[in-house]
Amino acid sequence: MGEMVELKKELLGGVDLAEQLLGREKPVKVEVEIKGKITKDMIEEISRIKKEPEWMKRLRLRSLELFYKLPWPKWLTGIESINLEEMVLYSRPEVQGPAKSWDELPKEIREYYEKLGLPELEARFLSGLSTVFDSETVYARVKKYLEEKGVIVLPMEEAVRKYPDLVKQYFMRIFPPSDHKFAALHGALWSGGTFIYVPKGVKIREPIESFFLIGRSGEGQFEHSLIVADEGAYVEWIEGCSAPRLSRFSFHDGMVEAYAHRNATIKIITVQNWSKDVINLNNKRGIAEDGARIDWIEGSIGSKITYVYPSTVLKGDNSATRNTVVTIAKGPHIKDSGSKVIHVGKNTRSQIINKTISADGGINIYRGIVRVLRGAKNATANVECESLILDDKSKAHTYPHNQVDEPTASVNHEATTGRLTEQQLFYLTSRGLDEDEAKSLVVLGFLDEILGELPFEYAQVLTRVVQLEFSKYGAFG
Amino acid sequence: MGLEVVNLTARIGEKTVLKNVSLNVNYGEVHAIMGPNGSGKSSLAYVIMGREIYEVVDGDILLDGESIKDLPPEERAIKGIFLAMQDPPQVPGVRLSSLIIAAANKKLGGEGELGRPRDPRILKRMMELAKEIGLDPSILQREVNVGFSGGERKRSEILQALLLDPKIVILDEPDSGLDIDGIKIVAQYINKLREQGKGVMLITHYARLLQYVKPDRVTVLIGGEVVATDGYELARLVEEKGYAYVKQAFRKGSAQG
Repeated sequence: MGEMVELKKELLGGVDLAEQLLGREKPVKVEVEIKGKITKDMIEEISRIKKEPEWMKRLRLRSLELFYKLPWPKWLTGIESINLEEMVLYSRPEVQGPAKSWDELPKEIREYYEKLGLPELEARFLSGLSTVFDSETVYARVKKYLEEKGVIVLPMEEAVRKYPDLVKQYFMRIFPPSDHKFAALHGALWSGGTFIYVPKGVKIREPIESFFLIGRSGEGQFEHSLIVADEGAYVEWIEGCSAPRLSRFSFHDGMVEAYAHRNATIKIITVQNWSKDVINLNNKRGIAEDGARIDWIEGSIGSKITYVYPSTVLKGDNSATRNTVVTIAKGPHIKDSGSKVIHVGKNTRSQIINKTISADGGINIYRGIVRVLRGAKNATANVECESLILDDKSKAHTYPHNQVDEPTASVNHEATTGRLTEQQLFYLTSRGLDEDEAKSLVVLGFLDEILGELPFEYAQVLTRVVQLEFSKYGAFG
Repeated sequence: MGLEVVNLTARIGEKTVLKNVSLNVNYGEVHAIMGPNGSGKSSLAYVIMGREIYEVVDGDILLDGESIKDLPPEERAIKGIFLAMQDPPQVPGVRLSSLIIAAANKKLGGEGELGRPRDPRILKRMMELAKEIGLDPSILQREVNVGFSGGERKRSEILQALLLDPKIVILDEPDSGLDIDGIKIVAQYINKLREQGKGVMLITHYARLLQYVKPDRVTVLIGGEVVATDGYELARLVEEKGYAYVKQAFRKGSAQG
C-alpha cells in the first residue's frame, strides 16, 4: 500500500463523514444570540426581532404553554441529556439580509457551502436555493421564471410578513404544536426555513433546494419549511442538512409541512448528513387533497440520533403517497424512523419503502403506522421494510403498526432482514475487494432501486456518501 | 514458479482439517485434487485463498516463491489467485456486472470509484465471454447467484476467472450438478486456462471431468492428508478401484518404498 494511502487512513481515523467534508467548526461572527430559560420574554423577543404580526406571536406563546404542559414523549429516548437552557436557542450570523450572491456572504460561511458544492448544484440543476446558517436564512435566490409564473419562494419569516393570510392558512395547522412536546417547542422557537407556494396549474420541474447548516456547538436549530402546491401544481423540494464537527452536541428540532391541493404533486427529498454531534428530531407531515400526491424520499445518514417519520394524511379521494426512507446507522448511533400514512379518502393509495443499514454497532429502529379510517373505501397500502445488517454488533428492529377500520381496504406488509454473512464477505474479498469495499458494494446494491429514483445529482451524492462511509480512504484520489 | 503449498496444517475451530499437506501447482498445468467427501479438498482451497475462519497452524503457502500466508483474501486475489467456489453464495442487491467491474478495477490498481470501469473494454468483454461460455448476457444484470441455476453458477464463476486473468485458478468441483454438455463446456475452458499458461488446481471427487481435462498431476487427499501424488494414471486408478484401495495401495507402497 502506498504511503499516501496510509497517510489518508491515518488522517481519517475516527473522523465522520460530515467532518471529512466540512472539517471542524470555525468561529463565525454572531449578531444576535439568545440562550437561557425558555420564557415568555424570550419568545416575545424572538418575535420582535423577526417583526412578526400578532397572530404569529400568539402562536409562539400558545406553543410555549403547550411545551411546558405536555409530557415528555415516550418514544423520544436518549435525548434527556440535552439541557435546553444551556443551548443557544437563537443565533443570527452577521450577514446582511439574505444574500443574493455567494460573494456577499462572509468567507467562513461561503466556504462551507463551496465545500458542499452548492453553488455548482444551483447553477446546473436547481430553480431556487435558500440556505439557513444556524437560525437564519443567509442566502436566497430563485430563477427568474419562477417569479414570472407567480411561484413564491421566500425565507419563512419574510413570507409571514409579506403573505400573512396565505401562510396563516397552513402554518402549524398541518402539524399542530399540540402534537407533542417538541412540536410545541418548535412552535415557540421556530426560526429560518423556506416557504414555497406554487399557484394553480404551475408545474416546476427543476427542484428548489433549502440547505440547513448548524455551524456551532450547543445550538438548537428549529427551522420551519412549508410547501404549498395549489390545484394541479407540481413542485420538487430538496432539503439538505449538514454540520461541521462540533465540540458539543447540537439539537435539531425542525419541521416540514406540505399541503397538496386537488390534483397537485409535491415531492420532497431529504439528504440528511449532520455530523455525529447532532441530535436530530424531525417533524414532517403533509396533507393531500383529492387526486393529489405527496412523495417523501428521506436519506438519513449522519447525526448521533435521528428521529424521522415522514407522514402523509390522504385526506382527499384518490390521493396517493409514497414514502421512501433510507437510514444508515454506522457506529454508535441510532436511527429511529418510520413512515406514517392516514387514509381518509376513498381509493387512496400508499406505498411505504423503508430500508435500513446497520453497521459497526449501529441500531436502526422502524416504527411506522398505517391507519385506514372507516369510509376510506378501497384504500390500498403496501409497506416494505428491509433491513441490512453488516456485522454481529449491529441491530435492526421493526415495529410496524397497522390499524384498519375499513373492510374494503387492503393493507400489505412485508419485512425482511438480511445479514451479511461471513461466506458472502469472504466471497467478495476473494474477488479482490477489501472488507469496506465489499460492504459498500452490498450497501449500494441494497439501495439500487432507490438510487434510481433520485435525481441523478443526488443519486451521485448518496453513492459517494455511502462509499465514504464504508471506506477509510477509497473516495479520495 | 507457481503455487507451492508447503507442509500445511490448518484447522477450523478445534478441528484440524489439513495435516502437513504439500503440493505444487505449476503454470501451464492442471493439478487435480481428488478425494472423498469431507477429505479436506474445499478446506485446502479456502486456506489457500485466505478465508479467515481457518487458522494456519503450520506450514506455508507461496506464490512465485513469496509467502502469501498472512495476507487477507483480497491481496491474494490481486496477486493472482482466483477461487471458483463449489457453491458460491447469493449476494442480493449486487449485480454480477457490478462485482466484475469492481473486481477488475481492483486488479488494475489505482484509486477512484469502484463502480466505474477503469478500463471500459471490460464491459464488451464480459458480454462476449458470457455468450461464448453459454450464458445469456442478461445474467450480468442479475444479482450475483440469486436465482441462478446450478449450471449458471458454475459458469458465472468460470466467467469471472477468465475475465480477471489470475495466475492460479482454483476450481472447487466445477462439474458438480452439471449435465454432460455442461461438463464439456467447463472442461473446454479449463483447458483454455491451461493453454493460457495459468496454473489450475482442479478439485473433483469424480474422475468423470478428467476424461475431458487430462490433468498433468493428480493428488489424492483423504482425511486432510495427502495419500498419493502421481500423473494422470492415478485418476484412473481412483476411478477403477476407489479411494479405499488407493489409500491402502499407497500406504503399502510408501511402507515398502
